[in-house]
Amino acid sequence: MSNATDPIGRRLPDSIASYWEQDLIKIFSTLAAVYALYLFVGVLLGYDLFGQLNSLRRLTFLIVVYGIAALVVNLHWGYSGLFNIGVVGFMAIGVYTATILSRPVAGQNPTGSLPGFGVPLPLAVVAGVLTAAAAGYVAALPSLRLRNDYFAIVTLAFAEILRITFKSSELQEVRLFGWTFGTGGGRGIRTFSNPVQTFFETSGQPIVATIEDIGLNGKIVPDWSFVLVLLTILIGTFWLISRLSASPFGRVLKGIRDDEEATQSLAKNTSSFKIRAFVIGCAILGLLGIVWQGASSGYVTPDRFVPELTFFIWIAVIIGGAGSNTGTIVGTILFVGLILEGPGQVRRVVEEFVGLSGSVPTFPDALSALVSGNIDPVMLYFFDQTSALRIIMTGLVLIWLLKRRPQGLFGDRQEVASSIDLEDRVNKRRERGSGAQTSGGDRN
Amino acid sequence: MSRQSKAEDNAHGASEQTDTVLSVEQLQKSFQGVTALDGVSFEVETETITGLIGPNGAGKSTTFNVISGAIEPDAGQVNFNDEDVTGLSPVQTSSRGLVRTFQIAREFKNMTVLENMMLPPKNQRGEAAWRSVLPGMRDNVQADEEELFERAWEMLEFFDIDHLALEDAGTLSGGQRKLLELARALMIDPDVLLLDEPFAGVNPSLERELLNRLEDLRDRGRTFLLVEHDMDLIMQHCERIIVMHQGQTLVTGSPEEVRSEEQVIEAYLGGEVT
Amino acid sequence: MIRPINTKTHSHGYSLPVLFPIGSVLAVLVIFLRVQCIQFGVEMPMLHDITLERLQNSTRIRTALFSAFLALLLLDLLRRLLGGTLAPALLTGYVWNGIVFGLVIGLAGVGLSLTYDLLGFANFAHGDYISVSAFIGWGSTYLVAGLGEFNLLNLFFLGVGDTVFPRDVGISVTNTPGAVLIGLVVAAVGGAAVALLIDRLVYESIRETGAITLLIASIGVAFTLRFLIVFLFTQNSFGLTVEAWTYRLSLPGGTVNISAPEIMLVTVAVASMASVHLLLTRTKLGKAMRAMSTNRDLARITGIPSDRVITATWLLGGSLAGLAGFMIALFQGTINYQLGWTLLLLVFAGVIMGGIGSVYGAIVGGALIGLVTRVSQIWIPASFAEAVGFAVMIVILLTRPSGIFGSDAL
Repeated sequence: MSNATDPIGRRLPDSIASYWEQDLIKIFSTLAAVYALYLFVGVLLGYDLFGQLNSLRRLTFLIVVYGIAALVVNLHWGYSGLFNIGVVGFMAIGVYTATILSRPVAGQNPTGSLPGFGVPLPLAVVAGVLTAAAAGYVAALPSLRLRNDYFAIVTLAFAEILRITFKSSELQEVRLFGWTFGTGGGRGIRTFSNPVQTFFETSGQPIVATIEDIGLNGKIVPDWSFVLVLLTILIGTFWLISRLSASPFGRVLKGIRDDEEATQSLAKNTSSFKIRAFVIGCAILGLLGIVWQGASSGYVTPDRFVPELTFFIWIAVIIGGAGSNTGTIVGTILFVGLILEGPGQVRRVVEEFVGLSGSVPTFPDALSALVSGNIDPVMLYFFDQTSALRIIMTGLVLIWLLKRRPQGLFGDRQEVASSIDLEDRVNKRRERGSGAQTSGGDRN
Repeated sequence: MSRQSKAEDNAHGASEQTDTVLSVEQLQKSFQGVTALDGVSFEVETETITGLIGPNGAGKSTTFNVISGAIEPDAGQVNFNDEDVTGLSPVQTSSRGLVRTFQIAREFKNMTVLENMMLPPKNQRGEAAWRSVLPGMRDNVQADEEELFERAWEMLEFFDIDHLALEDAGTLSGGQRKLLELARALMIDPDVLLLDEPFAGVNPSLERELLNRLEDLRDRGRTFLLVEHDMDLIMQHCERIIVMHQGQTLVTGSPEEVRSEEQVIEAYLGGEVT
Repeated sequence: MIRPINTKTHSHGYSLPVLFPIGSVLAVLVIFLRVQCIQFGVEMPMLHDITLERLQNSTRIRTALFSAFLALLLLDLLRRLLGGTLAPALLTGYVWNGIVFGLVIGLAGVGLSLTYDLLGFANFAHGDYISVSAFIGWGSTYLVAGLGEFNLLNLFFLGVGDTVFPRDVGISVTNTPGAVLIGLVVAAVGGAAVALLIDRLVYESIRETGAITLLIASIGVAFTLRFLIVFLFTQNSFGLTVEAWTYRLSLPGGTVNISAPEIMLVTVAVASMASVHLLLTRTKLGKAMRAMSTNRDLARITGIPSDRVITATWLLGGSLAGLAGFMIALFQGTINYQLGWTLLLLVFAGVIMGGIGSVYGAIVGGALIGLVTRVSQIWIPASFAEAVGFAVMIVILLTRPSGIFGSDAL
């Protein structure tokens, strides 16, 4: 077999293994495999073309948003050793800031909805991203000297403080210096209209019409277009973080994660590096919050930003192997495809083929029914609990991974931190052979 | 990369041979009631290889920690290049050219040897995040990286570990790790290098070669303060020797001077490991 | 360029008006307590870039600022009391509530602190140990109280699906003391069993892999346990008790309710802490635990059976978590799957404030946090009460990570 270090690569025959070496192949083949699985399930469920496209769209959407978040966690933890479990807090700040700024000013909006500052959306988005970055600065600056577990606790506390603030009824609606604005409290707040949707409702309308002429539900156009926009953001994030990682900057980050004191004794101001990595990540999280919660659902409540979300993001990174950007994407694809959406898909298939009658029982009743030989209530119960089941699955997968393969799928592989291809340079040097020996004089 | 200025001073006949580049005065340090340093004082002259010896527990590593700033002394002063650097952090001291290596090599295990070597050099433009990303600026960074690679490769060739360039540093043997530690420290171009048992686990012929190399570097303007247990090595290659015992400086002087006091030392040490 | 830590600027962000009379007395104590050597990590025993001297200097400044701030709060408090805007009844109610709540947090904190110190990692699953044992305990209480009248399974599952209501079973400390006590004991036993089981299943095989791996594993355990509860009980909250005997204390401005559950809580908490104290100081096991806390390798060499100590630590920590969980549910009168998790950050706050590894620190820290979350409501709206607790914890972490009672000492 090949000499790859990951469990998949090891099992591949040599001819294919050389392709597997390439990062993009890893990502695309995993994606293709998961797509194929979902298409197959769609066939089982009797989806028409629109149904299949929609199912893939939803899958892709989740992969993209989780992927962006996972890349940030990989930058923070995998590269810089910053244990950030307050991820959702920064997403919340981004979207709430953008929302509060962009909502129409009091008096101009339809009655009954919360006013804001009336800032144009693009500016509000920029402001949201910058605010999230600033929040990252504030959170990290004093916490840099803390050891890992204390840092984790601080980020968690920070995120919780933010969630409590956004949920508080006192800040639901505020009047200050003549401005009226608010967070909407526990009920949440309507965010902003999805620019992509708006485009296809106006100037993009002809495209929709063309698709409908083919006989397809026109909704597919704006929906998929939005996902493609997000995909562009993911690609941009991947590009950005890859460049950051494969550079002197990324090299120092790796050094910090490996041994911060040794890095300091080599004249690197580690605090500066950590802050920069943290802030860049938080800015991206702010943007993610805006497009995920803000644009896609049009409504945001504090209870969207729960620890379970952070947990999911982290597992994606751990499956793929912290420290590897490619691994993070592959891990996200696998997590979303198999664990996040898996239980729901299984349920749909079973429901399609196995008719279950009755209403969902309580657990005690389901248990009693099982004892007396009737499995329908138990199955009904299980399928009603998919959201709890997938978290339990995530937890078990995490524990299993940590015991058996803590480095995840690709944690062993090197993503060499240099802006040039070192492997190539080394090989070239070696090919030149000992003729490269200079006259033994001034080496340094 | 070589420090020509001091060598030029040499040629101009200044009294540079007695210039003190590093000095410590009356260092005191206790840990929870245990005294580690009790009035350590010595001077290191520029462009020398100075040895720091003493039995285990004499306080040599603690002294290094104080000088480099990893620990702040309870009392006393550290002067480097005529500047009081007492209590400065390791980042600050190493930026000023005062670098130390560790007794137990602290190579970056999860990076390749080459990355280990390319991390230390100062003033890398690529350490600014945006420079590494933006298309225009990145070309400059890549040019820097090429240069760095050449330097790193030559250093690796000299230390005879170039065949390990792409290996993870965590897979190296003990001796190789010490070599990497030393090579890496040299990459930062230090004025004064504090070497904490740099040759432990290195084979003797390579050790001699390396010491010749250190002497070569010394002639080009660097200074080395060397902790070692190999007495022959110390006596042969160090111009000055500082002897520590129980947190104090016992004797300082040339190898001959120290040797004549050696009877005293051996009485204390009861037969040092050579 | 990064400025060095400057508490003057950062106290703007974190210092919401937060502390209170008892806190200021304790702060004065802090000033006079010995400043211990700062530990910045289990992994780095000797090298650190903040020195004793520097910290001593800045600690003086910081504690001076702290005490000035506390003094201001105290003055404001007196002003409100004397001026009539703050009813003594309200203040007493806050203080009493705070102590009760704080004792429970302290109890949970002792368990957390012990495992943190002896096993070297932050067990994020501790909150869910609390939840799980609370459910087991209260299920048993329901079972005992409703025996013969209701379906057994429904009882044990706290009437999920609206099958049994609190009114039907009529549980309270005064109505059904037997059932409550049985539940308490079952919760303690259940907590100990869960903690030990998880250790054997999860932590044992990765014991030597490092604090962070164990932390991440504990997060996995936390979510697994929590959503196992959701799976069994759904996300609903369950009412548990009916009104128990309450002593209504009349004070100027209103009445302060001192209820039987609260009295029971204080009694159990104090009794438990006394027992733990006796265990640690008088028994061989306790001495072994204290030895291991200071230096695990040395303890191993001198023949202290670390495995037995580890088992004992989990059993002790788990049973304390069980007690705390059962009683928090009793105190609140309701239970849901997030019981322990919502407590966890506050428990961490208490443990960190008191100093990891210090049993007394955990208790004091917990009591302080409890008081903070209640008494701060004089100045801050109730919905921010918890946020205030977190903010205090953050301040402590940044200024004095070793806590009030330092570390290394049980």
